[in-house]
Amino acid sequence: MAKDSRLILDPLTDNNPITIQVLGICSALAITAELEASIVMSISVLFVLGVGNVVVSLMRNIIPSKIRIIVQLIVVATLVIIVDLVLKAFAYELSKTLSVFVGLIITNCIIMGRFEAFALGNGPWKSFLDGIGNALGYGVILIIVGFFRELLGSGTLLGFPVLGDPIEKTGLYAIGYENNGFMLLSPMALIVVGIIIWIQRTKNKALIED
Amino acid sequence: MAVNTDKNSYTVIFAVGMVIVVGVILAGLFSYTKPMITQNEEIEKQQNILYAMGVNENDESSAVFVSPDVAPDEFEKFVKEQIVITVDASGKVVKTQTREEFMAENNKEPYLIDIKKQKSNAKSGENRQLPLFVGEREGKTYYVAPIYGKGLWDAIWGYIALDENMVVQGAYFDHKGETPGLGANIKQRYFMDDFYGEHLLSEAGVFKGITVAKGNADPKNEDKTDNEVDAIAGATITGDGVTAMIKQDLKLYKPYFDTLKTN
Repeated sequence: MAKDSRLILDPLTDNNPITIQVLGICSALAITAELEASIVMSISVLFVLGVGNVVVSLMRNIIPSKIRIIVQLIVVATLVIIVDLVLKAFAYELSKTLSVFVGLIITNCIIMGRFEAFALGNGPWKSFLDGIGNALGYGVILIIVGFFRELLGSGTLLGFPVLGDPIEKTGLYAIGYENNGFMLLSPMALIVVGIIIWIQRTKNKALIED
Repeated sequence: MAVNTDKNSYTVIFAVGMVIVVGVILAGLFSYTKPMITQNEEIEKQQNILYAMGVNENDESSAVFVSPDVAPDEFEKFVKEQIVITVDASGKVVKTQTREEFMAENNKEPYLIDIKKQKSNAKSGENRQLPLFVGEREGKTYYVAPIYGKGLWDAIWGYIALDENMVVQGAYFDHKGETPGLGANIKQRYFMDDFYGEHLLSEAGVFKGITVAKGNADPKNEDKTDNEVDAIAGATITGDGVTAMIKQDLKLYKPYFDTLKTN
């Protein structure tokens, strides 16, 4: 049981998919300009990775090794399309918010990475935990980056102005504070991720390679 | 397991089997959900048109449509006429039809006209159908025109409500896949509301459109006759797309608005 909990907890800290394995960087910089988008993306990946890991794990003994990557890709794509169609039919509003993320989920390397590295060699329950753990680890970083980019870039959180009104010059803006539009551009996501990696490795020297 | 998963024959059989299974699942699900999805999309168009003419449930800061359950009724109540203007490739008006005339000919509601398809028709030199929805709310007449163009990643579109003088009375924009936090903000209230009251024509009555302008000297948008609204930082290409679709598509309606004045 102790080992099961590590499957969830490790990816949150010392084996984080983004800061340690450096996977899923592309989506981390594409959608973190807003906190809300980060949260939606995290939940979507949580679902796809959790279910996908179980499906691949159940199929692990019958998947021919020569075409395993293609099979994994089909599993992800099928899952994502099923979710997309069901949402479009029964929760149309929600599906419009999510449509942007569909393509990004299919190409997310964390998902392929976990299928390949874990689900192909472990049972369904362990794979499920591993999927949830990695998705949470991914989500935590996404939400941290989204929080700082939206706060410093637009002065809002989840769309609510928290620092005052930049045009009417109220709140912080009254004393000369300006939004940093630079934070909204993708390169700043990498810099924020870089800072997180730096802090993490300063606190835990064992993570430093060489 | 007894099966040798490395054998070529097994690999081929597995691949074929998987394609069939996945194909059946997806095709089945698709045909099952299609009628519901089509209906959702039709209702969304009605909600968009109603939104542009001010029939919505906006609260202080966010854009809220009328609920999907009441949208068809509200659409019937507020939209008095759906005109279809057919223009040739040079933008010259060929004919103007009422809803009944259009439906007798094409067997579908004018609001379901596929703007994207009409636009590519025009590019290949064919005639283009331009729907225009005439709505009435609180004694005022609104002319709602659809627009369609491309942003940074994918399609963007919208509905613009105008009065007789082509002054904007409401705007709704949407997009397929613009960047969240940047281009995707064209569907935020602060951007859409900026269009209210903007003139599409110059003072001399020439069509100028509305430019989504960076470095705008008027960020609070108090000058409504400058044909400019303030751009979104970090969304230059999406903003340019909005400018372009307003200029290209609404220009085609100008002859119709000219006839309104002479009558």
